[in-house]
Parts: sequence; structure tokens; C-alpha cells
Amino acid sequence: MDKAAVDKALEHISRQIIQQHKGIDNLGLVGIRTKGRYLAQLIASRIKQHQGVELPVGTIDTSLYRDDVSVTPNRPILCTTQVPFAVADKKVILVDDVLYTGRTIRAALDALMDLGRSRAIELAVLIDRGHRELPIKADYVGCEIPTTVDETIKLIIDEGLKHYKVVKLKDPTAKKW
Amino acid sequence: MLLNSKDFLEIKQLTVPEIELILSTAESLKEISQRDIKKVPTLRGKTIINLFYEVSTRTRTSFEIAGKRMSADVVNISTNSSSVLKGEGLKDTACNLEAMKPDIIVIRHPAPGAPHMLASLLDCSVINAGDGAHEHPTQAMLDLLTIREKKGDIAGLQVAIVGDITHSRVARSNIWALTKMGAKVTVVGPKTLIPPYIEQLGVSVSYRLAEVIPKADVLMILRIQLERQHGGFFPSLREYSKLFGLNLEKLKAAKTDVLIMHPGPINRGVELDPEVADGPYSVILEQVTNGLAVRMALIYLLLGGVDI
Repeated sequence: MDKAAVDKALEHISRQIIQQHKGIDNLGLVGIRTKGRYLAQLIASRIKQHQGVELPVGTIDTSLYRDDVSVTPNRPILCTTQVPFAVADKKVILVDDVLYTGRTIRAALDALMDLGRSRAIELAVLIDRGHRELPIKADYVGCEIPTTVDETIKLIIDEGLKHYKVVKLKDPTAKKW
Repeated sequence: MLLNSKDFLEIKQLTVPEIELILSTAESLKEISQRDIKKVPTLRGKTIINLFYEVSTRTRTSFEIAGKRMSADVVNISTNSSSVLKGEGLKDTACNLEAMKPDIIVIRHPAPGAPHMLASLLDCSVINAGDGAHEHPTQAMLDLLTIREKKGDIAGLQVAIVGDITHSRVARSNIWALTKMGAKVTVVGPKTLIPPYIEQLGVSVSYRLAEVIPKADVLMILRIQLERQHGGFFPSLREYSKLFGLNLEKLKAAKTDVLIMHPGPINRGVELDPEVADGPYSVILEQVTNGLAVRMALIYLLLGGVDI
């Protein structure tokens, strides 16, 4: 997926969010780790273009809520959970780049609930690659890409949110979470 | 990324990337203590034993709260209410504790090297919470975190460690930590309390506090350990306080952004005047807050991520 395709997917998600919420009152976006936050920022700026309202954007790190903390040899360095709005009584949309087994989302739900009781939680993902291991489904999907388990899907994005694309890699060492 | 060892025994053996991993993990974990619900489920089902052969308020409580905030089960053993009083040796105590399958034993012991002996003996992780006059590595890590937060970068800073260098494990761990991170360390104190050949650790030595204060970015004041001063190293506490205690008058010569640090507990009026300890340059309580974050980071890094 090149930048234009990613833009199209993000536009699709943004319009769906606006339509679903008939306006966007009381809504907040929370990205999962750094890439989720970048995508949440991109979605927020699109919604601002359409509606003229800036949605608050936060970040959570799900590492502390994973079910495989003592199983995984390589863990990413923790990034700070930073949600600059009160989630209590807000509708929160979780944003992530790739939906795969669903385990990250399960962890993110727990992490989010520790921050307060939100009115509702929804899920937006740029890419759904299948192979769910938990009963989890996204509310907003940018694009579905069929994969096999020995492949990985990677969003490559820079801090300035200028250049981004999605690549599919053959990764025989990819360990299933 | 992970630590290279199952244990955390001394700063001396740590690499710079390991130190940076612990610091950045601690920075991320600080946020948990500011939540309404100060707990994450990460270490559910793990057990930590605090085995303290010396008294402690800060360190023991800090390890206990750190474990609990990460959802581990924490058990405290202090030697004055255990079978140590019946004459049980360290090795026996440790092996018996390990038979109950803890994941981490945190030990403070008056004998240097006691944690190292346990580490080689036991399969569980061992954390050194202070061994005699050898090292107090978690204290040095929290000091690094505090300095980094306040100053941005540790490399190039002038740090003065003031007081009883000979008997101080805090000094020893901090010398290793600060020099590894590129700070310039000067140790200051009466000649009787500075070990010979300490320059070999890469520090400079001064016997006059007044000549060190103006150039220091950080003044790390050590506690005069009254329990270790029976050797007559200085004539009186009053004289020590006059020559090496930090008060407002001496502080006038300091840089305007100097940091005053102290590992606690403070002997007010001996090494540190109350006006300085509670003054605007003091980061002593922030050190305690950071101590919690550093210990959460350590148990997270030691317990998570064992390759099975």
C-alpha cells in the first residue's frame, strides 16, 4: 500500500466515524503505542477538516497488560501511556495499525479500563490481516489484506507524518503471539 | 531488549545500554503512580521476597510498593523477627526461601558480596538492595534518573559526592554509574574518610568543600553513618558539620541551577542544614519518587522476558 492508498483508507475510516457518531461530540482517540498514535493524529486531522472540531488524542502502551510478558524473549522498550483527557464517560476509539490475533486489543481494553470507565470503546484499524485468536472485531477497517502466518504487515511512518506506506514481508522467524 | 543477567547485583557490571534501558523503562512506568488506579496486572502470579538484614524505610517500602503496583505478591522478612535470631545462616535462610519458589529475592546485608553469593546459589533473580560498604545499585539508578530528568544529559556534568566515601555504598555505586554515563565526579570529605587510591575509579579528590561548590552541577551529600563512626575518623560531629556540612552560607557560591541530592535518611544539621534540605535546589523527595519507578522497571525487566 502506498501513501495514496493509506490516505484513502484513513479517509474511509474518518468518514465512517463521523457518520456513525452523527457529529463527534464527546469522542476521544487513543492510539496503541507510537504508530497507533500517529494514525490517530492523522484521523483527527481529517475529522477536523470535515467537521472543524479537533478530537483529543492519547497514547497507551499495552505491554504491561499482555498475557505473554514472561514468554516473549524480545519486548519493545516501554513507551509512556499518555491520555490527556478524562476517559470517564467519553466514547473512546482505539486506533491501531494492524489487527492480527486480537491479543493487543484485549490488552488495550484492560489498559483503557484502568484509566476510567468510558461510555463506550470502539476499534479502528488501518489493516485487518485476519487470523484472530480472540473474539474481537474492528468497528472501522481501512483495508483488509489477506495474509499467511509467516508474513508480517508493517506500517512504515515518520514522526512528521509526511511519509508513510504499508509493506508485506515474508518473515519465517515471525513468532506467533 | 533485555538485561544481560538474571540478577541485579552491582553497577560495575552493567553496560551503558543496560543502564539506559532501565532508565527509559522507569520513565515510562512513572505515569502509573500518578493514576487513580495505581496498579497494572503485568506481574500477576510472581512472588518477591524482601530479605533485609539491616534496617531500612525507603528502600524496603519502595521495593514493596514497586512489586505491588506491578501486581506481584511481596513478602517482607526482617531479621529481628525471623529465624536469623535462632542462629540460621544466610545460606540456609536463602535456600529455605527458595524452596517456596519466589521469583525475586531482594537482599540487604551488612556483608559485601552477600547478594553475589545468593545469586550463584539460587535459580531465582537476586537484587542487591545494599551490601555493606560495597554497592547500593538501585540508589545509583534512581540518582541517574533524577539527574537526567533535571539536567537532560548526564555526560559532561560536574558531580561532587560529599562525605564519608570510605563507608558509603551509595558513593561506590554512584561513582561507577556516573563515570559510565560520562559525568566528571569529584569526591569530597575529610582525608580519613576518603579511601587511598580512589582516583583509580576515575574520580578526582578534594579535601575542601568550598573549592568544589562553585563548579558543581550536582552536590550529592552523603549521610554521616553514625553507626560506622566508632573509629575516630573526625574529632566531632560539630567540626564535621562546620567543614563539610552544607548550609545556606556555603551554598551562596554554588551555580544557580545546582541540584542538592541526598540518599536519606538525613542527619539534619550535620551534613545538611534543614534550610538546604527543604530548599529550592533540593530534589531529595523526587529521588524517592524516582526510586519507586526504577525498582518497578527493574523487577519488570528481570521477571518479564525469560526465554522459555
